[in-house]
Amino acid sequence: MLRQLEGSRAVAETVARCRPQVIAAYPISPQTHIVEALSDLVRTGELEPCEYLMVESEFGALSACIGASAAGSRTYTATASQGLLFMAEALPNASGLGLPVVMTVANRAIGAPINIWNDHSDAMSQRDAGWVQLFAESNQEAVDLHVQAFVLAERLSLPVMVCMDGFVLTHAVEEIDVPDQEVVDSLLPPFSPRQVLDPAAPVTIGAMVGPEAFTEVKYLAAAQQLRVLDEVPVIAEAFEQATGRSSGGLVSSYRMEEATIAVLAMGSVLGSVKDVVDELRDVGVPIGVVAVSCYRPWPLDEVRAALAGLEQVVVLNRAFAVGSGTMLGQDVRLTLATSATRVHDVVAGLGGRPVTRASIRSLLAAVIGGEVDPDRLHFLDLDQDVVARELGLALAKES
Amino acid sequence: MSEHDLPFAITLAPASSRADLTGTWRTERASYVTRQAPCGNACPAGEAVRDWLYDAEEGDAGYERAWRRIMDANPFPAVMGRVCYHPCETSCNRGQLDESVGINSVERFLGDRALELGWRPPPAGPPTGRKVLVVGAGPAGLAAAYHLVRLGHEVVLKEAESRPGGMMRWGIPRYRLPRTVLEAEVQRILDLGVRLELDTRVDDLVSTMSEEHFDAALVCVGAQIGRRAYIPAGSAAHVLDAVSVLHGVAAGEQPLLGRRVAVYGGGNTAIDAARTAKRLGAEDALVVYRRTRERMPANEIEVQEAEEEGVRFRWLSTIGEVEESSIVVEQMELDEAGFPQPTGRTEVLAADSVVLALGQDSDLSLLAGLDDVDLGRGVVHTTSAMMTGQPGVFAAGDVTPGDRSVTVAIGHGRVAAGRIDDWLAGLAPAPEPPRELAAFDMLNTWYYEDAPRAHRPRLEAVRRQSTFDEVVEGLDADNALYEARRCMSCGTCFSCDNCVAVCPDDAVHNIGMPGTYEIDLDYCKGCGICVAECPCGAIEMLPEDI
Amino acid sequence: MAPTDLKLYQIGTFAAGNRLLDPGDRSVQADPGRASSITSGHRACQGCGEALGARFVLDAAMRAAGGEIVIANATGCLEVFSTPYPESAWQLAWVHSLFGNVAAVATGVAAALKAQGREHVRVVAQAGDGGTVDIGLGCLSGMFERNDDVLFVCYDNQGYMNTGVQRSGATPPAARTANTRPVGSEPGNVFGQGKDLPRIAMAHEIPYVATATVADLRDLERKVEKAMSLRGARYLHVLVPCPLGWASASQDTIRLARLATQSGLFPVFEAEHGVVTATTPIRRRVPVEDYLTLQGRFAHLFGPDGRPDVVARIQAGADRNIDRYDLVTVVDPDGVDHV
Repeated sequence: MLRQLEGSRAVAETVARCRPQVIAAYPISPQTHIVEALSDLVRTGELEPCEYLMVESEFGALSACIGASAAGSRTYTATASQGLLFMAEALPNASGLGLPVVMTVANRAIGAPINIWNDHSDAMSQRDAGWVQLFAESNQEAVDLHVQAFVLAERLSLPVMVCMDGFVLTHAVEEIDVPDQEVVDSLLPPFSPRQVLDPAAPVTIGAMVGPEAFTEVKYLAAAQQLRVLDEVPVIAEAFEQATGRSSGGLVSSYRMEEATIAVLAMGSVLGSVKDVVDELRDVGVPIGVVAVSCYRPWPLDEVRAALAGLEQVVVLNRAFAVGSGTMLGQDVRLTLATSATRVHDVVAGLGGRPVTRASIRSLLAAVIGGEVDPDRLHFLDLDQDVVARELGLALAKES
Repeated sequence: MSEHDLPFAITLAPASSRADLTGTWRTERASYVTRQAPCGNACPAGEAVRDWLYDAEEGDAGYERAWRRIMDANPFPAVMGRVCYHPCETSCNRGQLDESVGINSVERFLGDRALELGWRPPPAGPPTGRKVLVVGAGPAGLAAAYHLVRLGHEVVLKEAESRPGGMMRWGIPRYRLPRTVLEAEVQRILDLGVRLELDTRVDDLVSTMSEEHFDAALVCVGAQIGRRAYIPAGSAAHVLDAVSVLHGVAAGEQPLLGRRVAVYGGGNTAIDAARTAKRLGAEDALVVYRRTRERMPANEIEVQEAEEEGVRFRWLSTIGEVEESSIVVEQMELDEAGFPQPTGRTEVLAADSVVLALGQDSDLSLLAGLDDVDLGRGVVHTTSAMMTGQPGVFAAGDVTPGDRSVTVAIGHGRVAAGRIDDWLAGLAPAPEPPRELAAFDMLNTWYYEDAPRAHRPRLEAVRRQSTFDEVVEGLDADNALYEARRCMSCGTCFSCDNCVAVCPDDAVHNIGMPGTYEIDLDYCKGCGICVAECPCGAIEMLPEDI
Repeated sequence: MAPTDLKLYQIGTFAAGNRLLDPGDRSVQADPGRASSITSGHRACQGCGEALGARFVLDAAMRAAGGEIVIANATGCLEVFSTPYPESAWQLAWVHSLFGNVAAVATGVAAALKAQGREHVRVVAQAGDGGTVDIGLGCLSGMFERNDDVLFVCYDNQGYMNTGVQRSGATPPAARTANTRPVGSEPGNVFGQGKDLPRIAMAHEIPYVATATVADLRDLERKVEKAMSLRGARYLHVLVPCPLGWASASQDTIRLARLATQSGLFPVFEAEHGVVTATTPIRRRVPVEDYLTLQGRFAHLFGPDGRPDVVARIQAGADRNIDRYDLVTVVDPDGVDHV
């Protein structure tokens, strides 16, 4: 049933219908509305049995989830930005221990300079932590991905991060369908942990592994993660059958028929990109959109297939690593390493700067017009005057 | 393999560490050991003191076992518990912690309980057909007879006096040893089948042995002849010897000592004489001794009790002359070597009589003519096997050199019986295996809770100045148990489980019966904590061959 | 004669057990059926106080909880020497996550058990002093503040021994460690205020705080039992000497813990809801030298180039503890105890 809901509220209600037994969270913008809503649901008894832990930090939040999950309970947390970084030590621990924690990341920039607005820097910084990372294009997809995330996490004993753009999605009120409890229950059986802390059958979880076996443990962890690429489409298919809604999956294509050029992106920016692509298609430009929903593990084959035969691909990166460049862009370059497709790597929308249709329109016009050098990193809407002035001053100072 | 079986995140099985035999790290190994407790080591009677205290700690369930363990060495627990000067307590390690365990009082408790409940020793052993003469039914002779009978030998005990007991009867006053106790413990020995011949003096040992076909003989006739010293004395001076006085009192006589009695000497006999004089009505009993109190051979407790009863002491003094109602006393002083030297300063003290307690000698005439027996300095010299120069003739007790006490005599009797048994069997005496002494510094006394000693009550002083009632009463059952449990069990495991508890490697295990532990050398790393934390010093570290 | 209370003085209350005691009155460690929660084959150093302390604590907790226990363990010596793949020395349900998060992990376990309706399963968190007073303090303070149903046990060996003996917030003044060597005018660790975690815990007014050592098994077991009888956040601080880090002889581990208490340097007490309710009086008081001279980490304070001034400052610290916790019982001549 469609309702006018804030994205955060919709996600909270969805999470509640996934019946988590332990929720641990520490408040940080723009995740707060999600955990506030969950706190209400627990306190009113609408979500029970469930322990809601108001911990002293994000590190404590994920650590509590690790303990709860190891003790056999379905666990959930949510964070963003600095909070995710504060969890950083515990992230590979949860994945290494094979604990199916589900976490919402309300994507936000990381500082300094401190900035509370949306980009993907936080999630990107933790892309190698062994977590599955799913990116939602819309609030409806965010809702749907949370159900699928619990199914996926527990089926493979892996932690899953559902990434939704901070403010842009979390604070946006729109018509959203929260799947009915029966639907969620039909997709998500009770948690049956792979290994559990049980006095009746005591095991040691979290042993030290030395050089003699560490590589093998990591190899097997990688093998387990790659199974995600098989499971995600299966789960998305099951979800579609249950709800009639196509959500998630690994990679999706939009208007890619006969395309020679495509825009590849993740998250809420895809909406604007699709609008511009529609405009360009209307004037006969053979352009389409490739949306990556599952970023980690990287669906290399699926991305390669989606981009096969293109002359050019424009990658919109909502994160940027000083000193190395983009993450999504480099993954795409790696994927297309043996193809002739030119990759335009574009940094866009950092720290909450809007990625407007106008900007996308002019970017794509420049690409189509051959005005963008594919070997150079491109910054959308960069204030060239400011950087030129500052760099010039710096140069003057040095000389 | 199902999707859940991939071992990508590690889970280990409980106690799988046992595959790692960390005992290989070890350079030293802990090992249980039994060391000699100082109490038993010091016991002249040869009692396994620590062992019987261990039994007594169990209370009612263990008292009889404790008594039987005493009886293995000493057939006089009730007598011992009264007259022994308990060197066990003097050497007791607990004395260095708070106060010695009151071993003697526990022994008396056990001895009295045995008499009360009629516990009997095991019957005599199967007959060996050998016949042994024991001359003298004092503590040495009675103890020897007891052990010889238990070994299956036929024993004839010939006693010159009309009653058995020797010095226990004639030398020790009733207030220290009630005669009913003595009688009962002697009778228990006789009941085993010892033949006692009273009023039977042996004048010629060799002829008695051959006439009555003895295979061996033990001479333990004691030392009852009071030693005299030359002291100028007037014709009316009243000078007696302590042995005679005590013997007379024991026989029911009332020796005439007067109101003021001077006792000359510093041994236990001197104290006994002075305390007896008090009880006979003397207003003043003065012990005159030529050295200091510290150098006095008498037992400290006896001296204390005597003081409590009003006996006075005059140290560093000799008696120079004795007149009818006075003595001349000369002041002495110690030289650099600690010997008393005359000073020439004299003083006249009032005294109606002087009792000499200057030591005793033996009547060894029964050995006259045996040229191979060394009777030098008036005592019978023996080998370490207690045999004299005459094959088959042994000697024990006060006739032999060394300390003279009931306890020593009883110990002699026990050892002599064993050596006689060896000799009769043609065996060389087996040497006792040396055992390391459990010294105080081998203990970890932290584990013993602070426990002051339960002192035995004493008869009120006024009453004991005038009666021969027993001065020291026994412990009640609770206090005897308390006292027994003060034992620290030096050198022998008492199953406190500390070693099991303190092993960081979970490598020490209780394997059933209390006090039976096993160190699992697969995992013992040799840290030594169990040794350091063993309260009683019953574990040691041994080097490993590396 | 007045009857004397019958006590088992030979065993007193200090040894683990005794044949004369009813099995129920013996220590858990004297019970042949004890859990041996951490068992043989672990790779702790010879004479490790932490291995010993962990077994003391957890066996007592296992008995108190009827075996229904889950352990969360911080990174540190205890974790490393007990679980080198593929061997574990633990005989109970055990999880290790990270160095600084064990209190939160334990909180999560407790929350999970509550949500599952299995609150009879009890949770014990354990860490070394670094994982408790330093890197783990944030999570621990949160656990205290929320009064989560966890018994947190700190095995205090007064330094980062696992990483090669560096100082922690619990390292005592003047102690030599790998990063506080006896060089310069202030040899060894600095004289600070000390990070007194038991008192920090008390400031949270949690139901139960206690200190103990491996030298007094009965006291330690009693405190574990007491802690397990309560719900909510409980804190037990156990002194566990470390032969490696303290440069002491392996057989002296328990002796050192005992001397730490008898010198006054380590006060043994209990507190409930922020108020001290009991202290263990010093039984055989010793000067701090008796404790210090057995340890190589204090060797620079003694000998020809010794620092009696520093020893005096350490003694002053011990005296302050004795005053603060009334650790010395004064007996006056008429035999009345004044505690």
